[in-house]
Amino acid sequence: MRTIPSSPTEGTLVELSGVDHSYGGTPAVYGVDLTVTPEELTAVVGPSGSGKTTLLRLLLGTLRPTRGVVRRRPGLAVGYVPQLETINWDFPVTVRECVLMARRQSRPWPWPTRAERLEVAEVLERLGIASVAGRRVRELSGGQQQRMFLARALLRRPALLLLDEPTSGLDLATRHDILHLLGELNRRGTAILLTTHDLNGIATHLPRVICLARTVVAHGPPESVIRPDILERTFGARLEVLEHLGLRVVVDREAGRRVGVS
Amino acid sequence: MIDPFRFEFFVNGVLVATLAGALCGLTGVFITLRGMSYLGHGLSHSVFGGFAAASLVQVDYYLAAGVWGVASALVINRVARSRGIGSDAAIGVVTTASFALGVALLTVFGSRGPSFDAALFGSIVGVRTLDVVVVAGVLVLAVVAVLTRYRALLFTTFDPEVAAASGIAVGRVDVLLMCVLSLAILATLTIIGVTLVAAALVVPAVVARMLARTFALLLPVAALVGAGTGFVGMNLSYHVDVPSGTTIVLVGAVVFAVVYAGTARYHH
Repeated sequence: MRTIPSSPTEGTLVELSGVDHSYGGTPAVYGVDLTVTPEELTAVVGPSGSGKTTLLRLLLGTLRPTRGVVRRRPGLAVGYVPQLETINWDFPVTVRECVLMARRQSRPWPWPTRAERLEVAEVLERLGIASVAGRRVRELSGGQQQRMFLARALLRRPALLLLDEPTSGLDLATRHDILHLLGELNRRGTAILLTTHDLNGIATHLPRVICLARTVVAHGPPESVIRPDILERTFGARLEVLEHLGLRVVVDREAGRRVGVS
Repeated sequence: MIDPFRFEFFVNGVLVATLAGALCGLTGVFITLRGMSYLGHGLSHSVFGGFAAASLVQVDYYLAAGVWGVASALVINRVARSRGIGSDAAIGVVTTASFALGVALLTVFGSRGPSFDAALFGSIVGVRTLDVVVVAGVLVLAVVAVLTRYRALLFTTFDPEVAAASGIAVGRVDVLLMCVLSLAILATLTIIGVTLVAAALVVPAVVARMLARTFALLLPVAALVGAGTGFVGMNLSYHVDVPSGTTIVLVGAVVFAVVYAGTARYHH
């Protein structure tokens, strides 16, 4: 089956129907049926190699399905924040220059227009990194790097924002800041879909969770998805789920047993 | 001592070395940041095959070597991307085969153009006005390409995946850069020589990276460093009677060492 460039169902941004993607014969994801609607805030969880990044790339359009159909709303602007580990941080570029990459050059010479300069200054201010605009990217902290890529993605005024492991490697306070920012963007009308390994820190706090193990095992609100049977099918490990102050808490008691502390 | 600037070939040589230095500096910024320094080295060897073929089929050196160089660059690009062979292996196969073919052709049929040694190590002798025009033309072309496609070149070099997702035709930008690189090598070859072109591409870019804080500054600084080392190296070549490629690269190496030591102290 090939990708049919038709619009998705009314009221959705992207729709995946029966999508497979293989890298040289090995399926990274298969049989994925998924819709992304405006204003949603979703975590994709799954173990390493479960196809999370592949799913993001399919939604983004940089990968084509080897089977099935991806339908995108015509003219949909998608912002993408890559994993920080994939970036060459020694690259000699400043924060301002990096953010400006998202704006397509409209004139034969590369210098930014006044409007572009203002726009970049505004988005950096909004994300709280205006003071480091002239710094080289390698001089930033992990949280600032994440905000810089967020700023670059926002410059495209996306209706859908995709983030690959946005809180990986960040300390607790920075993680809270980033989540707060994402929540605010979402309230202003940007649909957000992020991948994460962090079940308790992130996934259980978001309105929708997708459990991925090369295919969608389950999706829905945390209270219906964060369950021992679904988690076992997703992660291939027995995890317990406790209720605490109305929140679901995932406990890996097996890990404790393995190291002999519980 | 006789003033070398009285000789037309020397004036031409200095002009070509200076312009070629700027050209290699500018192109080298993208090549080094993409981890493609080895490609520059390989392509210069590949162009040597075209240089030999030019003598055989009796067409101008620039035409044959130019077509050969661009074709090799595109073949490398295609082989590396399509079959999962990896760019370093693709470069190794395509360019060494091309170089070997060049050596075989020259051994059997001889050269009508620059001598074998001149092609390998660069020569100050016999630089024609045509060479000046060619290198100036390629430099103008490279500057125009970099200015008009600046953001696309920067984005695809820094973060190709997000660049593609933002609607930039990454493949087309790669081909553009490959063409500019091939032409830069071609225009530089007679002065610097096959074996040393890679240094002319890498050294100014690396020196500029130690000096410039922003990417926008990096490009003119690399071009200036390249032009400066080309100018000084070419003059030195005349006075010490050593092949021009060798002196240009040695001057570059000294500049690198000085800037490296200076900036290391500054960073401490």
